[in-house]
Amino acid sequence: MIIAQQKPIKDIAEMIADCKKVLLVGCAGCVTVCLAGGEKETEILAAALRIMRRLQDNPLETVTYVATRQCDPEYIATMDNLVKDVDAIISLACGVGVQYIAERYHDKWVVPALDTKFIGGSKVHGVWEEKCGLCGDCVLHRTGGICPIIRCSKSILNGPCGGSQYGKCEISKDVDCAWQLIYDRMKALGRLDKLMEIQPPKDWSKSRDGGPRKAIREDVMIG
Amino acid sequence: MQYVPNIRIVEMPCSGTIDHRVLLQAFEDGADGVFVAGCMEGDCHFQKGNYRARKRVNAVKKLLDEIGLGGERLEMYNLSAAMGPRFAEIANEMTERVRRLGPSPLKKQSAGTMEKEGDVA
Ligand code: SF4
Ligand code: SF4
Repeated sequence: MIIAQQKPIKDIAEMIADCKKVLLVGCAGCVTVCLAGGEKETEILAAALRIMRRLQDNPLETVTYVATRQCDPEYIATMDNLVKDVDAIISLACGVGVQYIAERYHDKWVVPALDTKFIGGSKVHGVWEEKCGLCGDCVLHRTGGICPIIRCSKSILNGPCGGSQYGKCEISKDVDCAWQLIYDRMKALGRLDKLMEIQPPKDWSKSRDGGPRKAIREDVMIG
Repeated sequence: MQYVPNIRIVEMPCSGTIDHRVLLQAFEDGADGVFVAGCMEGDCHFQKGNYRARKRVNAVKKLLDEIGLGGERLEMYNLSAAMGPRFAEIANEMTERVRRLGPSPLKKQSAGTMEKEGDVA
């Protein structure tokens, strides 16, 4: 899932400083699961902003709504009625949601309540970790199911580098060396020979280097 | 058991059901201070409810500091349902603290209530 975290409340308040009424929109997708922008977080943020503004003698009216997914424009359309009389929309989705809302409501001030951090999972409740760098050409079958792109600090494809020490990455003793993990796993699987295969250079045009990407499935397109 | 009369008790099935929203709402509704009374540590019928309550109370205290209302207006205490005198002591202690802080700036007319959430009746 996409992992996001709420921005400091002072920053969010600043973005809507000149507004009297705002709509806060949560998302029932990833950000609900990573506890950053679901129904609960949306209501907490609304209450905190209201209190802040009352303390400044400049009351703020809030409306809250949670979209099924903000990354699907059809779910954004369900809030048409709610946006009419608000001065701003605060989205508690990832950056995708913020952008779809801004696209639909041209004349509205749309601001992000979250910082979209990475793609990852929850290691334990309350701890999320980055697992995939969205390279567009997955190599996990060659690396024992351990991503060298995002879990190796240098994203190298022929590690480990000289900074790998006692299984840790040179950037911090709290970070595992991904290539040590890859080596250990491949060894345990009896597939070290796979690591010896010569690979062509990675095609980074399939990643962000090729500009913004699109995925198309003509067979499911409507119309 | 005697304690200050300005407290409104809100009963919860377990302090672990405390939610950030309930605490914030108490302040929005004009409470000058809120204290959560959970069971003694290690005595929770639901194992960890009171530990969780404390974590949430701490998170809301931090938020109250950030938004300018002040985390001191919120506190978590642990006591058992059999500790009446201790409850009275805490109620008085919290009332004293709130008096020192003054009425909540969120309150239009000060009605002088303080709210308490918890599982100790
Ligand atoms: S909008 Fe973002 S957070 Fe919400 S479901 Fe889509 S990808 Fe996940
Ligand atoms: S190899 Fe690429 S697609 Fe596969 S997990 Fe790593 S970054 Fe993601």
